[in-house]
Amino acid sequence: MPERELTFAQAIREALAEEMRRDATVCIIGEDVAEAGTPFKVLSGLVEEFGSERVVDTPISEAGFTGIGVGAAMTGMRPVVDIMFGDFITLTMDQMVNQAAKVHYMSGGHWNVPMVMRTTLGATRRSAAQHSQSLHAWFSHVPGLKVVLPSTPYDAKGLLKTAIRDNNPVVFFEDKMMYKLKGPVPEDDYTIPLGVADVKREGGDITLVATSSMVQTALGAASMLEKAGVSAEVVDPRTTWPLDEKTLIESAQKTSRVIVLDEGYGRYGVAAEIAAVIAAGAFYDLDAPVKRMGAMHVPIPFSPPLEDATVPTEQTVFEAARQMCGKA
Amino acid sequence: MSVTASNPGDLAARSAAPVTEQQKWLHAYRQMVSIRLFEEQVNELYIRALMPGLAHLYSGEEAVAVGICEALRRDDYITSTHRGHGHCLAKGASPDRMFAELLGKEAGYCRGKGGSMHIADPATGNLGANAIVGGSVGIATGAAFAAKRLRTDRVAVCFFGEGALGQGSLYEVMNLAQLWKLPVIYVCENNLYNEYTHFSETTAGTILARATAFGIEATSVDGQDVRKVNEVASRLIQRARKGEGPSFLQADTYRFSGHHVGDISREYYRSKQEESLWKTERDPIKLHAAWLIAQRFADSASLDKTAAEIRNEMIAAVKFAVEAPYPSVKEVDQHVYA
Repeated sequence: MPERELTFAQAIREALAEEMRRDATVCIIGEDVAEAGTPFKVLSGLVEEFGSERVVDTPISEAGFTGIGVGAAMTGMRPVVDIMFGDFITLTMDQMVNQAAKVHYMSGGHWNVPMVMRTTLGATRRSAAQHSQSLHAWFSHVPGLKVVLPSTPYDAKGLLKTAIRDNNPVVFFEDKMMYKLKGPVPEDDYTIPLGVADVKREGGDITLVATSSMVQTALGAASMLEKAGVSAEVVDPRTTWPLDEKTLIESAQKTSRVIVLDEGYGRYGVAAEIAAVIAAGAFYDLDAPVKRMGAMHVPIPFSPPLEDATVPTEQTVFEAARQMCGKA
Repeated sequence: MSVTASNPGDLAARSAAPVTEQQKWLHAYRQMVSIRLFEEQVNELYIRALMPGLAHLYSGEEAVAVGICEALRRDDYITSTHRGHGHCLAKGASPDRMFAELLGKEAGYCRGKGGSMHIADPATGNLGANAIVGGSVGIATGAAFAAKRLRTDRVAVCFFGEGALGQGSLYEVMNLAQLWKLPVIYVCENNLYNEYTHFSETTAGTILARATAFGIEATSVDGQDVRKVNEVASRLIQRARKGEGPSFLQADTYRFSGHHVGDISREYYRSKQEESLWKTERDPIKLHAAWLIAQRFADSASLDKTAAEIRNEMIAAVKFAVEAPYPSVKEVDQHVYA
């Protein structure tokens, strides 16, 4: 029997539905999550199955309903808070950074916040500067939060189920350009642990560490590189915290060259942290400085040719990798 | 009148729950005096440089926390503020573990990791004090959301000062609480000063109108009168427990000390005459003591005796905290994740 395929969006929905069937305390809170199923239609059908008590539409009050998620999580629920665009996490910052992330520690371990925040990232949707950013580095910076960046439908389902069962606040970033991407997704109840990287493609000449939206870009570049005689390994950390430093360092030690791809802003970002981890851990095995590739340091422009210039592409990654391997 | 089920506020759970009217109001007296004398010791610790950091004293506002918490069940929730010692004690926290927390000791409620502004205690439904002004409005409303979803008939009381009226998230959650008919009571302790600024300089319109705009039942009460506070709180709590939704209580009160223990020269924002008037005419403990005597529930000698007993308990609690060990440095990175 051929493997079942689902889109990324269907995999997310299936994870939510399975966890909501399994655990009556799981609920969804957010803007237009019920009948509308979100603008991306990721949640379509859930309110019909679980009712409006568990799939809860809110006013446009991100700080308010995120805070309610924190309090509900502390007192027996497992809320999945939906922040439509990742750009809107700015409105939830106090609730996430000063409340959710610190409750367990500040209380000496007495209170827990088993909450998931689902949100999006990614440019090239022609949505301009306030609906296109990839701000996952901000949450990765804060102790007490976990940050998940799935890059395939398979990973999306397994990681989201783990995130919902986790007793900590977990921020789950979905690349909104990936919702229609198809891939094999088992029907069974599987989970993927947080903090375990996945080698998406094996290679020997260069490691492309890539997160979320950049994994597909890295895989495309790797195919191009193969034709140019360069064997690229693609490693997806899958979570920025906890971070699987071992797998990243081992790949770097094997290939001796590393490019880190992440759609967040390049400066002070996830790519910088991963590059530093690899530079420290694989220093004596590296043949070149670790290179970072991320979003340009500009607000995301609306005009399509300008927007396309702000993010790494298969072509730019291919060229950078070829140059690093001395094949340019 | 039986108040057994609605009175968790027995400090350190040492005595049986009060059952008569006399016992009920004597217990409220005891709770208020405990808070006052707790804060007296905090001030001492600060002056003697035994306490790291700052403390924000609740003295003068005792009738609000006690009046409300005496109407709550032990399993009801509260969220508190940076000026939170009174709320924690009124909800049933034990002074020795509170002092230990204030000194950063392992025996503290949060193993010393929270300090004065973050005392939390699941055993008494205390979701935690919060050092972000208005920072707990979401948490309290979320606890009410969970209570409703899980059908536990618990209520949540969200304490905040009038300074939090400047925070937008308060209005977001009040809107949601009313839309969803959540069992939450927003208690605005108006002690007149946002830190060092009179609230009239920061607050347009009226306070109650901010709640009634959402259709939330809103009322004000003399926050120096523990019986009035208790009466109105009991009604609002019962209402919430029956599923009739959120409410807003403005308790007019006064902060006897500065914004924090180090705020000593205050004349640039409020007069000594004003302070003196509140302390002599509007002290909630003196007012309640006079009432207890007038009702023949107590005489001044017995009230003095109670206060002396409590002072000794506080001194013993401080001694316990001072002598308690600090947590091992090894645990600095424990409890980051559950």
